[in-house]
Amino acid sequence: MTPKNATLLALAILIALSPIFFPSSFYYRVGALIFVNALAVTGIVILTGWAGQISLGHAGFAGIGAYACALAPVHLGLHPALAVLLGALISAVLAWLVGRPILRLKGYYLAVASLGMGILISMVLNNERDLTRGPDGIDVPELGLRALLKDAGLDLSNGQFWYFFCGIVLILGAWLALNLRDSATGRALRALHGSEVAAKTVGMDVARLKLQAFVISAVYASISGSLLALQNKFITPDVAGFMHSVEMVTMAVLGGVGSVAGAIFGAAVLTLLPQVLTVFAEYEQLVLGLVMVLVMIFLREGVVPSILRKIRGRGE
Amino acid sequence: MKTFLTTTALIALALPAMAEIKLGASISATGPAAFLGDPELKTLEMLVEDLNAKGGINGEEVVLVAYDDNGDPNKARTFATRLVEDDEVVAIIGGTTTGTSMSILAVAEDAEIPFISLAGAIDIIDPVKPFTFKTPHTDRMACQKIFEDMQNRGFTKVGMISGTDGFGASMQAQCKSVAPDYGIEIVADETYDPKDADMTAQLTKIRGVEGVQAILNPGFGQGPSIVTRNVKQLAIDLPFYQSHGVASDGFIDLAGADAAEGVRLPGTALLVADLLAEDDPQKPVVDAYKAMFEAKTGTPVGTFGGYAHDAFLIMTDAIARAGSAEPAAIRDAIEATTGLAGTTGVYTFTAEDHLGLDLTAFRMLEIKGGKWTLVQ
Repeated sequence: MTPKNATLLALAILIALSPIFFPSSFYYRVGALIFVNALAVTGIVILTGWAGQISLGHAGFAGIGAYACALAPVHLGLHPALAVLLGALISAVLAWLVGRPILRLKGYYLAVASLGMGILISMVLNNERDLTRGPDGIDVPELGLRALLKDAGLDLSNGQFWYFFCGIVLILGAWLALNLRDSATGRALRALHGSEVAAKTVGMDVARLKLQAFVISAVYASISGSLLALQNKFITPDVAGFMHSVEMVTMAVLGGVGSVAGAIFGAAVLTLLPQVLTVFAEYEQLVLGLVMVLVMIFLREGVVPSILRKIRGRGE
Repeated sequence: MKTFLTTTALIALALPAMAEIKLGASISATGPAAFLGDPELKTLEMLVEDLNAKGGINGEEVVLVAYDDNGDPNKARTFATRLVEDDEVVAIIGGTTTGTSMSILAVAEDAEIPFISLAGAIDIIDPVKPFTFKTPHTDRMACQKIFEDMQNRGFTKVGMISGTDGFGASMQAQCKSVAPDYGIEIVADETYDPKDADMTAQLTKIRGVEGVQAILNPGFGQGPSIVTRNVKQLAIDLPFYQSHGVASDGFIDLAGADAAEGVRLPGTALLVADLLAEDDPQKPVVDAYKAMFEAKTGTPVGTFGGYAHDAFLIMTDAIARAGSAEPAAIRDAIEATTGLAGTTGVYTFTAEDHLGLDLTAFRMLEIKGGKWTLVQ
């Protein structure tokens, strides 16, 4: 079996079988959150792990996706499912507009530009009160899929529905990302990450490739934001906050920024830790920081790639 | 999982006398709303300990399961789910901010678990949701109380300077909508970012408006202290009103007693415990809470800890009257609460009113010589 299929199969089995071990239905909620975060982090893997670009404003796209689901059904009469697509489209166009001039430059200009963009989106969501209802947040309409499934004879609780729905979307997202990795575009992206000069000399349009990666990762973040909003049925501008952007990058770096499996692992660890650490809530930040420092020192490529390398190294 | 269930069942069988009532809380004890959440959590922990020392509710011990949501609505929703599904609490107190409260109430309503919110916005209980209640007054009531006082003093033209945070923005909108009821015209409407360090530009503009008779500053956190200092620095000689958002001794310390002199704001009985009349219905509960909190934490009581105190009081009173820890029975008992004196006011809930306070719950206070005084 190819590593791609192995990753997808392992993911599908994990998602399908984990509920057997859940002590209570609360864990469906945690699982759904992990999948939502992992989806956004998969986008970061495409952008940072493969194209070598850093974004500090991806929460902005999550914010666009989330508020599209809150606003489009009310103001445009769109079905929430279509609102998810509208949010993704707006995020893609915005990423294209921001990325196009910036990605022609060498170096980490995208980090600064995306940082500014993320903060601007967050400010708009906070301050355009007549539209977004400001920092107190806004209700999000029901997706309605759960009711459809119930009519079709599949009666899931709210937690179960979102667990499996987000799980399926994550498998789809991971499948697309892994296919992209093995495509001509994916190979080109990784080539330019390896050496931009070499990639250029063999005739690759470096700026266009980076732009593609940025737009694709923005769509991942946007859909992740939409899923969060639809699941919570309530959203505040916090979703677009700077800390959320940093969280996404941290999850990617922890798990292994070049690997989709690593992205999912990183998202799982950093989503679970705060739940595990509630007993010592005061030390939560300390433990998170310590984990990051240790990973950076001992597992530089991130947890999953480093461990895989060790296992393979021993086998040879 | 089966083993887990069996073990739990065995423990339950083995210890029938150790009945306990599990209350859940999701509070923003750290993060941007920590100045609200920290005293709230301390209050709840202190009250649970005290109640159990006195024998609990109807002889049953109360267990508090509290989580810190950092003021993040998404985390609050996760913790609310955890309280309901995993910890199996019979009721929830919490939601320090409006955002976290809205997240928790969605979970509580779904699970049909009574929830008492500690946040201000009117959206939480309007429209009325069957299982959601709240203890703080709404910002609309604060506006009404302030305008009532202005009306008594004969002011009709008011300049407003509001913070752009959730609290300031919400109160700004509410004040503008109730002002006409009191014959008051908002002649200036300025805003500032809660992180701004200087508001003299906005204040100068307000001073320049012709006929302005008073200034009102809806906001919370450090912003209002800076506005208060700026008013003094600019020597603006207009009556100055703050909101209930800064009703704590910390405000006087931050603004300085000199700058805060003469500032009026609607506050709770808690701030003027010593000045309450002997026959005031809130006097005993306010004195008891103040004494206990200050002895326990060594810090002065504030309005926000008082909200948590009242939520706990309403909840435990309801459980005692219901004589059962069934969520539905608790809900019905909360709704039937009548004339229960808390630190914030005297609560009377009905099927149409899940706030249970009226304007009398607010006292108009004035700062004189660095101390709170009652405006008669």
